[in-house]
Amino acid sequence: MAIFKEFQPNSRDRSVEDRRRHKELVEKSIKENIGSIISEESIIGQTKNKKIKIPIKGVKEYYFRYGKNQQNIGAGTGKEEKGKRVAKGDESGQNQGAGNAEGEDIYETEITIDEAIHYLFEDLDLPYLEQKKFKEIESEASSKKWGIQQKGIPPRLSKKHTMMAKIKREKCLQRAAHELGLEVTNERIPFHEDDLKYFRRKIKMQRDSNAVVICIMDTSGSMGHTKKYLARSFYFLLYQFLKVKYINVEIVFIAHTTTAKEVTEDDFFHRGESGGTYISSGYQKALDVIAEKYPPDSWNIYAFHCSDGDNWGEDNEQAVVLANELCDVCNLFGYGEIKISTYTSTIMNKYMEEVKKTNFSAVRIFKKEDVWKAFMDMLKIEKRTSEDGGA
Amino acid sequence: MNYSLKELMDYNTQIEEIAQRIGLDYYEQEFEVISFEDMICYEAYVGMPSHYPHWSYGKNYERIKTLYQYNLTGLPYEMVINSDPCIAYLMKDNSLVLQILTMAHVYGHNDFFKNNRLFKEYTRANLTIDMFKNHANRIREYIQDPSIGYEEVERILDAAHSIKYHCGAFCQLTTNFEEKIEYPYENLLEFLWREGELNEWQKDILLIVMEESRYFTPQIETKIMNEGWASFWHYHIVNELGLSSGMQIEFLKHHNNVICSVPGRLNPYFIGFQIWEDLYEKYDHSFKELARIRSVERDASFIRNYLTYDLANTANLFEFEEEERYYVITEVSNEDGWRQVRNTLANNVGVGSIPNIIVEDMQRGDHTLILRHIYDGRELQLSYATETLKHIQALWGGKVILKTYLTGFERKVICSEDKKVLIENN
Repeated sequence: MAIFKEFQPNSRDRSVEDRRRHKELVEKSIKENIGSIISEESIIGQTKNKKIKIPIKGVKEYYFRYGKNQQNIGAGTGKEEKGKRVAKGDESGQNQGAGNAEGEDIYETEITIDEAIHYLFEDLDLPYLEQKKFKEIESEASSKKWGIQQKGIPPRLSKKHTMMAKIKREKCLQRAAHELGLEVTNERIPFHEDDLKYFRRKIKMQRDSNAVVICIMDTSGSMGHTKKYLARSFYFLLYQFLKVKYINVEIVFIAHTTTAKEVTEDDFFHRGESGGTYISSGYQKALDVIAEKYPPDSWNIYAFHCSDGDNWGEDNEQAVVLANELCDVCNLFGYGEIKISTYTSTIMNKYMEEVKKTNFSAVRIFKKEDVWKAFMDMLKIEKRTSEDGGA
Repeated sequence: MNYSLKELMDYNTQIEEIAQRIGLDYYEQEFEVISFEDMICYEAYVGMPSHYPHWSYGKNYERIKTLYQYNLTGLPYEMVINSDPCIAYLMKDNSLVLQILTMAHVYGHNDFFKNNRLFKEYTRANLTIDMFKNHANRIREYIQDPSIGYEEVERILDAAHSIKYHCGAFCQLTTNFEEKIEYPYENLLEFLWREGELNEWQKDILLIVMEESRYFTPQIETKIMNEGWASFWHYHIVNELGLSSGMQIEFLKHHNNVICSVPGRLNPYFIGFQIWEDLYEKYDHSFKELARIRSVERDASFIRNYLTYDLANTANLFEFEEEERYYVITEVSNEDGWRQVRNTLANNVGVGSIPNIIVEDMQRGDHTLILRHIYDGRELQLSYATETLKHIQALWGGKVILKTYLTGFERKVICSEDKKVLIENN
């Protein structure tokens, strides 16, 4: 006769340690891949909880298995015909999740952008973040009750104080009647406008830190799709990084050819324009935007310019002057030269020689893998200037 | 729980009476009532109450839990261990009817474990629990040994797991190590254990992994038969119980879910149940005949011998190949094609789903291990093969060469001592 073991409510979960180790391996793998994954993402407009798929190499379990050229057997509905093709993932097709595919180990994990960013910046050494006193502005954050007042809006009516006022008036009336020798009536005394009392609110000021990223990009004919893609990856990292650092981060896109204008993200990355290049036009526009909307005493400004460096010669002088000016108003001004070849452009050389500001950074990006490196280089500058600022 | 343990036990008594009357011959049975978290845990650790730790079981756990949470799969009603006494788990939140079905089902498996040839010859049910406990203790000992540690043990386990099914499941293990090695050598794990550049504890881990795989291979080899057998008997047993009509309807609903055909897939419960039903009619309800078949066959021979044209045709079995974006139906079970469908299925089931890799030779001079994939028209998945070779290299120590066919040509996949892989034409 069978033995029955009754339910033991406090059973131990022995998988804890193996799950922890698995998670650790997953995270390790994510970190190894994150640089390339994250650069695929759109800079803004994505929700925090958007999931991105990350193929995980480290935690796959490898073994000898057959490839696709094997025959499988499935049970059908009777409508199968020899030689017929059924598209994968076709709802009406019967062959989804083919027969013997149970060993299939497509291991992709989904993480949110936020988690990804967390992994990304987790390993960066960012102690100076806390040390530096950022430019902060005050803003109305919350409020609390702080005494009472005569005027106010109905939701803030204090019933208690109103009642007290009414009783006070009632008693006064009775006393006055008494002193005047009049008969005290028990007549009901209505509320009077003056009885109404309202709570006063005290507004609490909160110190806020704000940053604006000014993305300036050369959208002239020579900036092809690949170059824009690299620029976009870079801006994405910059934006995410600043979002970790500051409470409010705004972003401005300035596209320039020979003239510059403020555009939407979509236009910025997707609209190609023909024509020549005056880098200075972009810088002038940036300076205008700063003057108009982002006063440097309440905003931390990060301007970054991506170009392939093919500036028209006559504009070089002006570009250097304005680059210096931008350095003066920005926390950081960066120039990223995106090239497929290794030769250095005139403007890059000029910047190297003539923009002698500590908060200026010039990086070069040749391929996707360089984006992360360039970003790290730029952070070094940021770190240095932050420390200067904090001292 | 909307029923008492007493009720379970009463139903069990009735089930056992019927099972014995039918002639099922089983080990003593133990049922353990557990929560769904426990069930996930047991499932992740291949059913064992104790098992050595490795992250892959943590991964299993997460996968099962995720699938379950997203309703992509139900938890198994049943989890049975091939051990004597036979251990089975009952999930406490299941309804009484589901527990009755599960218990009846378990006696089918129990009988199968006790009587099928593969289990009798290659597993020792009375030692199962001790064996897994012992393995777990040994692995933990190595992890705690300060000269070894967690990461080193993990490294060897990772490598050993990659070739766990190349354990010479149905070969004798070598007992005399003085003997000259004869090629081809079928048991890759044993070969590495004998000849790999490994120290004692590393060899012991290979032995542990090998023993575990050898224990499980009979289950892999008889999945369809075994599940079919258990489903067939739970159906007959529960029908004899005389449940109230409400319970009977609930039972039939669950039963149909278990044995239903899933288009595009091959549900082993479905095909197994169909074949046993067919045999039951064919042999005039003779338990003796059915019992003989369950004792001597394995899935491949079971399908080859007993999957008839009628069964294949009714089930609409078809053969297909996978392409980049399509599945191509290559054969259907009509009068011309059903034999091919049957043969393909027989070739694919059980260890037929695992590529056969043997040791062809070893060159002591330049410390090279030569493996051969016995090619039967199915090619290896190259990226998996490459990574697996790196694991083998880690255990072997020297260069590893795998001879196989890629895109129709004979090739050598070579993994050098610094784990660089390259492919050469033969």
